[in-house]
Amino acid sequence: MTTVTPPEADPTRSDTGDPEDRDYPEGSWTAWLRDRITHLVPPGQALPDRQPSYVASWAYVLGVLTLASLVVVVVTGCVLAAGGTTWWHVASLGHFVNSMHLWSVELFFVFMVVHLWSAFWMAAWRGHRGLTWATGAIAFLGSIGTAFTGYLSQTNFDAQWIAGEAKDGLNSVGIGAFFNVLNPGQMLLWHVTLLPIVVGLLVVVHLVLVRRHGVVPPIGGPLDPDGPHRPATPVITEPSDQAPRSAP
Amino acid sequence: MVALTSSPTLAQSYVDVGFVHVSWANLAVIGAMIMLFVLVLVLPFPGHHPRGDGTGL
Repeated sequence: MTTVTPPEADPTRSDTGDPEDRDYPEGSWTAWLRDRITHLVPPGQALPDRQPSYVASWAYVLGVLTLASLVVVVVTGCVLAAGGTTWWHVASLGHFVNSMHLWSVELFFVFMVVHLWSAFWMAAWRGHRGLTWATGAIAFLGSIGTAFTGYLSQTNFDAQWIAGEAKDGLNSVGIGAFFNVLNPGQMLLWHVTLLPIVVGLLVVVHLVLVRRHGVVPPIGGPLDPDGPHRPATPVITEPSDQAPRSAP
Repeated sequence: MVALTSSPTLAQSYVDVGFVHVSWANLAVIGAMIMLFVLVLVLPFPGHHPRGDGTGL
């Protein structure tokens, strides 16, 4: 079975600067990078097959529903990009894929907002999970911008109307000079390149942090890092019997 | 003219309560999301059998 990290050790240990802690040759940046990537998450936690019992709740399903919706959004978006900016107007298949793109975005936002509510009311930033919360919140804001530029990229009268309504607001806050909603080419490029890259990177960081720190336990639960029943040592088990780890 | 008839503002009715100005369609979506939030909190998760030893595992 896979090696289990001792409880007293930080399962996500970072380079402390002590040469004794280093298990790669000094001066090798590739070995250093490999070591950092290898230790991004504790052993067995990148794709765990077991979870603590409190994860058996529909509230913990919302995150993966959001992720599944995002996958459909990205795939249908790539198909639309391959077809070009008129394909979804003139071809029935293009219209269908365009509808898939729209409705997966609708579901993406519904699941993401309810996931956000769930995370907020369980104070999901507990146990050194502040960065996990922050990356999720920023990804949410980035998603709003991505969806907005998507509405501006429909190449129809609706997009024109939205751009006409939005330009005054954006000009009033001083960003209209470099973010011109009346420029459909600029909005399309923001929609299919810049903003998806930003949101995608944030989602990847968010997921790595979730796997790094584990799923936040319920408030006051036996494994609540801030609760009265905090375990004396981190709970780490072998991958065949995955349990939550307390926060490092 | 086509642009006007396709404008979403003309086809919708709105709810006005104080400073709140929201279309019925958006209000229905918000209501559905709140309902979903309540359901995920109260609905039992299928196939869940806790150990009952107080470990939360």
